[in-house]
Amino acid sequence: MNSEMIVFLVLALVSIASALGMVFSRNAVYSALFLVLNFVTVAIFYLLLGAPFIAMSQITVYAGAIMVLFLFVIMLLGAESLPPSATLPWQKPLAYVLTSALAVEALYLVFTRARSSELVTSPDASLNSMESLREMALQLFSQYLLPFEITSILLLVAMVGVIVLVRQEKAGQK
Amino acid sequence: MVPVDYYVGLSAVLFTIGALGVLIRRNPLIIFMSVELMLNAANLAVVAFGSVYKTFSGQIFVFFVIAVAAAEVAVGLALLVEIFKSKKNINVDDLNSLKG
Repeated sequence: MNSEMIVFLVLALVSIASALGMVFSRNAVYSALFLVLNFVTVAIFYLLLGAPFIAMSQITVYAGAIMVLFLFVIMLLGAESLPPSATLPWQKPLAYVLTSALAVEALYLVFTRARSSELVTSPDASLNSMESLREMALQLFSQYLLPFEITSILLLVAMVGVIVLVRQEKAGQK
Repeated sequence: MVPVDYYVGLSAVLFTIGALGVLIRRNPLIIFMSVELMLNAANLAVVAFGSVYKTFSGQIFVFFVIAVAAAEVAVGLALLVEIFKSKKNINVDDLNSLKG
């Protein structure tokens, strides 16, 4: 077992444990913090896969911006812990059965069609240079220029939509 | 050297945990977080395959997914704040009518 495998297994354990902690925490603030831990471990996986730019975007956008927004809203609404409700009592056992079926199916498919010959090679120094980032940017702004522009329009629409949604209605204006 | 199947298997496990969270939690904020976890799991698989086939397309797709997730979270949280303002409650079991 080589060092990269050990790093992978330890990080996989941390990410699965933090995901379970996120789902099962009673307090929504703890859930958000577990999710931040999970995002950081996934960012380290991106570094192992030789994608430093995506790793940094993951940390700034997900762990930085999105989770701070989540924490703000949790504390604004006081939704740290909601009282348990008794509607649909059969839903929880059914959910456990269905998701374990999903997990078994997915893992069965992944490991029966395993192509162990395809190894993720450890990133060498050339991947962490400016040159690889330059190459990716060239591709992003030539082949994928249209999706990029559409994404910027989507972000603008979301921004305007959010402002319209939470705007305080002026008195007398109906 | 890690086989790519390990990454895909981990991605499948994380996705399943996210689906479990969507199904068993009654707090819409945690349901949102579980959706984010599922998006992340899918991203991990995409980057793993992109890394195996030595192409940047996987990374660029993940970049778009991150941008779309940011937009989605902003709109979703704004909707939750509005629902809380009109109902004083965000338990998903009580959100059973479209009329505010």
